[in-house]
Amino acid sequence: MTLLALNPLVSPDPGLFIWSTVAFLLLFFLLSKFAWKPIVKALDERERSIEDALAKAEMAKEEMAKLTNENELLLKQARSERDDILKQAKILKDQIVSDAKVSAQTEGSKMIEKARIEIENQKIAAIAEVKDQVATLSIQIAEKLLRKQFEDQNKQNALVTDLLKEVKLN
Amino acid sequence: MDLSQILNSKKLVHIAFYAVFFACVTFTVSAQEPEKVEEPHVTRSEMNAPHEEKEEDISATILHHIADSHEWHFWGEGEHKVSVPLPVILWTQNGLVTFLSNKHDENDHGTEIFEEKGQPMVNYHGKYYYPGQKNAEGAYVEIDENGVPTNAKPLDVSITKNVVSLFLSVIVLLLVFTGIAKSYRVREMKAPKGLQSILEPIIIFVRDDIAKPQLGHRYAAFMPYLLTVFFFVWLNNLMGLIPFFPGGANLTGNISVTMMLALCTFVLTTVNGNKNYWGHVFTPHVPWWLYPLMIPVEIIGLFTKPIALMIRLFANITAGHILILSLISLIFILKSVFVAGIAVPFVIFISVIELVVGFIQAFIFTILSALFIGMAVEEHTAH
Amino acid sequence: MITGSIAGIGAGLAAIGAGIGIGQIGGKAMEGMARQPEAAGRIQTAMLIAAAFVEAVALFGVVVAFLGTK
Repeated sequence: MTLLALNPLVSPDPGLFIWSTVAFLLLFFLLSKFAWKPIVKALDERERSIEDALAKAEMAKEEMAKLTNENELLLKQARSERDDILKQAKILKDQIVSDAKVSAQTEGSKMIEKARIEIENQKIAAIAEVKDQVATLSIQIAEKLLRKQFEDQNKQNALVTDLLKEVKLN
Repeated sequence: MDLSQILNSKKLVHIAFYAVFFACVTFTVSAQEPEKVEEPHVTRSEMNAPHEEKEEDISATILHHIADSHEWHFWGEGEHKVSVPLPVILWTQNGLVTFLSNKHDENDHGTEIFEEKGQPMVNYHGKYYYPGQKNAEGAYVEIDENGVPTNAKPLDVSITKNVVSLFLSVIVLLLVFTGIAKSYRVREMKAPKGLQSILEPIIIFVRDDIAKPQLGHRYAAFMPYLLTVFFFVWLNNLMGLIPFFPGGANLTGNISVTMMLALCTFVLTTVNGNKNYWGHVFTPHVPWWLYPLMIPVEIIGLFTKPIALMIRLFANITAGHILILSLISLIFILKSVFVAGIAVPFVIFISVIELVVGFIQAFIFTILSALFIGMAVEEHTAH
Repeated sequence: MITGSIAGIGAGLAAIGAGIGIGQIGGKAMEGMARQPEAAGRIQTAMLIAAAFVEAVALFGVVVAFLGTK
């Protein structure tokens, strides 16, 4: 202690030592109770909550990505389904159209055939009638001609004689 | 944001505060210290001292500035002195004696005996002693070959300048941190604001860079102590750099305070030391015949750690103060005002370095405390 | 004529030793940080602790010088 007492700069002063001990311990206890405890707790809690929030955000992001994926898949599926339906519809339509075409053609040709046959029949009938009429007319004409021919007795005689001559020859 | 909002913003207030603070640190060191350094010159010339004693004077002045005092001295000398007297509390042989320091401070050469409560005492260089034999200079003190009085003295528990500064720093710390704690309660789970956002990174720094690496998972129990020590040392380092009222007391550059702090760490280490720690001291991992050598070494090691802690902080801060005061004193040693052109920029430079040193020493003190406590509570060592 | 305490020389010698020591610590720490910038924070802390231990030796010298001078 005599060595330490040499220079006032390095000799501890009991008064200041006592006061600083009292003040520091008081400061320590007051601050630990009223400052450090709540501050450290609040910091820890905030950090934990931030970490939690980050983890939750990460989870939500993943969930979101999953959902989006699912959505996309669904959409894709729906789209392909729609395409399928459309394709089928188109095929059906084409078939219907072509069927209609074919049936219309056959029907038409049938009708045309029928009409032709009818026309043919009508023609035949008409020709037959014309023939009939021509025959009647020609018979009438022939009657009239004959009647006019045979009004004269002589001519009748002459014919009969001619006819007879022919018979002799035979 | 309109103008009134800018003017009212807390940030601006903080910026202004720091600007004034730093300006004061640099300006007053350069402007005020010369006045102070002049004191001994004036007194000496009054005493018609020869000029050869000048150098001795300056080192005495520097030491006087670093030392504790019973009054808070602002400026001036003798009749024109402006200072605040502080209460003197002495535990004498006749019981407790209290008086204001200006009551018995006219004569501090120990040549006059005064009485308080029937207890005769002398004031010798600002310290109170029981009077002894009158010596050659007419003082009632016995001085040994180093110039230190050997008189018996009462236990001096006065509210000195350092004690006032200590109380101030304690009040500031209490106000600041309970305020912050309140804003943590009010603004729960929200981003920090104002003072809170300035100090929160430092609190986190203490936790993540000091406590956790040294103490591992046991850090939580020692956080209050480490935080208190860190901010106490840091604030007092900074306050010591302010050369006028709120600071200027050089508290962390006083060995009593650093001794108290080191003792706290020592007590914590000793109390918390586990079986492994004491086993390391009393049964070191050496052949048994080395025990007589190793055990004393280990026991000495227990004490050198806190002593080094004490000396480190004290010497660093004191050295910084001496350096600044010496640079200013250059003006008076070389007796030319033009030296100020070199000395003042140097003082500003050293002051800025001291700001950094103030932080680093607080950091070192705290991390070494954490390291020593960590060694004491460690479960098993690597070897 | 040189006057003064021989303790000053002792403090100076202590400062030389500590200066060399801190220089070594700082230099090696820089090397380490240059080699592994990602470990810079931990190296810095370790450096400061080591420097503080070395510095303590110089400060003991200074304090002994204080003890010897009045």
